[in-house]
Amino acid sequence: MRHHLILRVVTKFLVGTIMLYAFYVQFHGDFSPGGGFQAGVIMAVAFILYGVVFSLEQVQRVFPPWIVHKLAALGVLVYGVTGLYSLLTGFNYLDYTALSPHHPEHGQHYGILLVELGVGITVTGVMVAIYYAFAARNPIISDEEW
Amino acid sequence: METEILHHTRASFQDHLPVLVILVPFLAAPLMVLLGSRRLSWPIAFGASVAAFGIAILLLAKVIDGTEISYHIGGWAPPLGIEYRVDAANAFVLLLVTGIAAIVLPYARESIKTEVPVRHHTLFYALFLLCLTGLLGVVVTGDAFNVFVFLEISSLSTYVLIAQGSYRDKRALTAAYDYLIMGTIGATFFVIGLGLLYMATGTLNMADIAERIADQGGNRTVRAAFAFIVVGVGLKVAIYPLHLWLPNAYTYAPSAVTVFLAATATKVAVYVLLRFMFSIFQPAFLFEVNTLEFIILPFAVLAMFAASFIAIFQNDFKRMLAYSSIAQIGYILLGIGLLSEAGLTAAIVHLFNHGITKAALFMGVGIYVLRSGGSFLDDIQGLGRVMPLTSAAVVIGGLSLIGVPGTAGFISKWVLVQAALEKGWWPVALMIVASSLLAVIYVWRVIETLYTKPPASDVIAGEAPLSMLVPLWIMAIACVWFGLDTDLTIGASQTAAQGLLSGSAGMR
Repeated sequence: MRHHLILRVVTKFLVGTIMLYAFYVQFHGDFSPGGGFQAGVIMAVAFILYGVVFSLEQVQRVFPPWIVHKLAALGVLVYGVTGLYSLLTGFNYLDYTALSPHHPEHGQHYGILLVELGVGITVTGVMVAIYYAFAARNPIISDEEW
Repeated sequence: METEILHHTRASFQDHLPVLVILVPFLAAPLMVLLGSRRLSWPIAFGASVAAFGIAILLLAKVIDGTEISYHIGGWAPPLGIEYRVDAANAFVLLLVTGIAAIVLPYARESIKTEVPVRHHTLFYALFLLCLTGLLGVVVTGDAFNVFVFLEISSLSTYVLIAQGSYRDKRALTAAYDYLIMGTIGATFFVIGLGLLYMATGTLNMADIAERIADQGGNRTVRAAFAFIVVGVGLKVAIYPLHLWLPNAYTYAPSAVTVFLAATATKVAVYVLLRFMFSIFQPAFLFEVNTLEFIILPFAVLAMFAASFIAIFQNDFKRMLAYSSIAQIGYILLGIGLLSEAGLTAAIVHLFNHGITKAALFMGVGIYVLRSGGSFLDDIQGLGRVMPLTSAAVVIGGLSLIGVPGTAGFISKWVLVQAALEKGWWPVALMIVASSLLAVIYVWRVIETLYTKPPASDVIAGEAPLSMLVPLWIMAIACVWFGLDTDLTIGASQTAAQGLLSGSAGMR
């Protein structure tokens, strides 16, 4: 991709914008279409685009595979622990009222924001992990190995 | 807006049990991946499954007298919200699944050291817990769509767990891929069935669906839904003509995974089948009666004979047991097909007894694989003398598989024969006994190889490590224990069968 000057310049410009848009979709999710899954995919697209244009090594320097895997697990934990918090404060699992018992409506907002954040983190992790897995695929097994 | 203070009574630990049983393994799995520590992963996995086992015991103690627990996720009342519902039927399956998980994990520790590369161990245990989560979720939920979601969680982790066997034998990859395709077709059929049910009733809560089907009676959409669900779940159960994924998956998966899957995964699928057949669709639903009598029942009998017959000719002990599993599922389906309380009791008893029997046998196989490098009859010949403790436990498991009096297998076959006689179906009762004779043949082949032939020269002499022997013997003793003391198994199964047969009332 060394020769594709236009691609490289446009990508550099786009990556930041895509990430910003991902955050918009993530945190504006309760008022407009969007949410954790969409935001996670968009966020992953930023990294994948960077990887496609600048090579896998470059993107893995920015976003090493071990962090990607941890993020996938972290998101699930964020989701689960949100539920656990309401459970520990005496409400049912994932009853967001627990987050603000005196303003149940606020509680619902906080709850969905936290849970969707978890979803977003996991989806980003998983999407990038899938891209890494395919892009970094080992060569086909040699004849002797069969 | 004015501050509105909700009157809310604090829920106690006891109230949260239905969700905690899933939550503990579910949260432990990502925690393990996040910590990424090889040393901590096994203790966390073991702790989580023991905790789940404890919770399952508490749950069963609460519902054994026929009461039901309903738990509303997020505080949203059903039918709109997702509901977890525990009665005797699923508490009993929960006990089996968590119990097996808690016993398999100590066993797995040594077993996977030789079968799975070290760098995968953390992920292996995480997947194991996810699989456990999925199976528990399927059992505990009272929401039809939720069943599908949890079924997928357990299936996807199962595919990867089976593929982990590829370091011992590359064919594990094709086995896992086959299972992936078949399992996905099954899940698709299942979800198509759910879609049709949703179309017919407009709800996804099981109790609510049951109520509405009862109100509107059967129609073509409901019948189509029933057919799709039976075939979809049937693939997971490995009902006879849909069993093709099973032998390879069990044979090439790592030993510990085979133990866990054989004892739990198909059993949970049978539970789903029971739940849908008896709690959601009415047992009086004519289409269902016909399906059971003219499709499930003949195939169940066919499975009992055909699969046992194939098992006799297997030269791989592990594969032999896999085919025997298909035959044993035939007995369970036969119990369901009898469509009586006694038959259903027999099915649930056998579900449990076969679970522990197969766990014992597959654990034995895993130890042979560890010590002699393979599970072919050539590999294990003469090991009865080299490894007396392991082989004695395998023999007990084998006897239980045949159904020798004094073992768990005898109890379930006894109850099953009684149920068949109660209906006056003499030929069926005779066939149960006849197919047990086929089991005698293949179990005897193994016992003969173990004890009468000289051991192969290159065998690493010595008994299995204690961490594998103890779980094996726990299962072997359980085979005998539940053959002598039937209070728990038959008692719980009867309560469960009554609850299921009372139709949708059982879910209300």
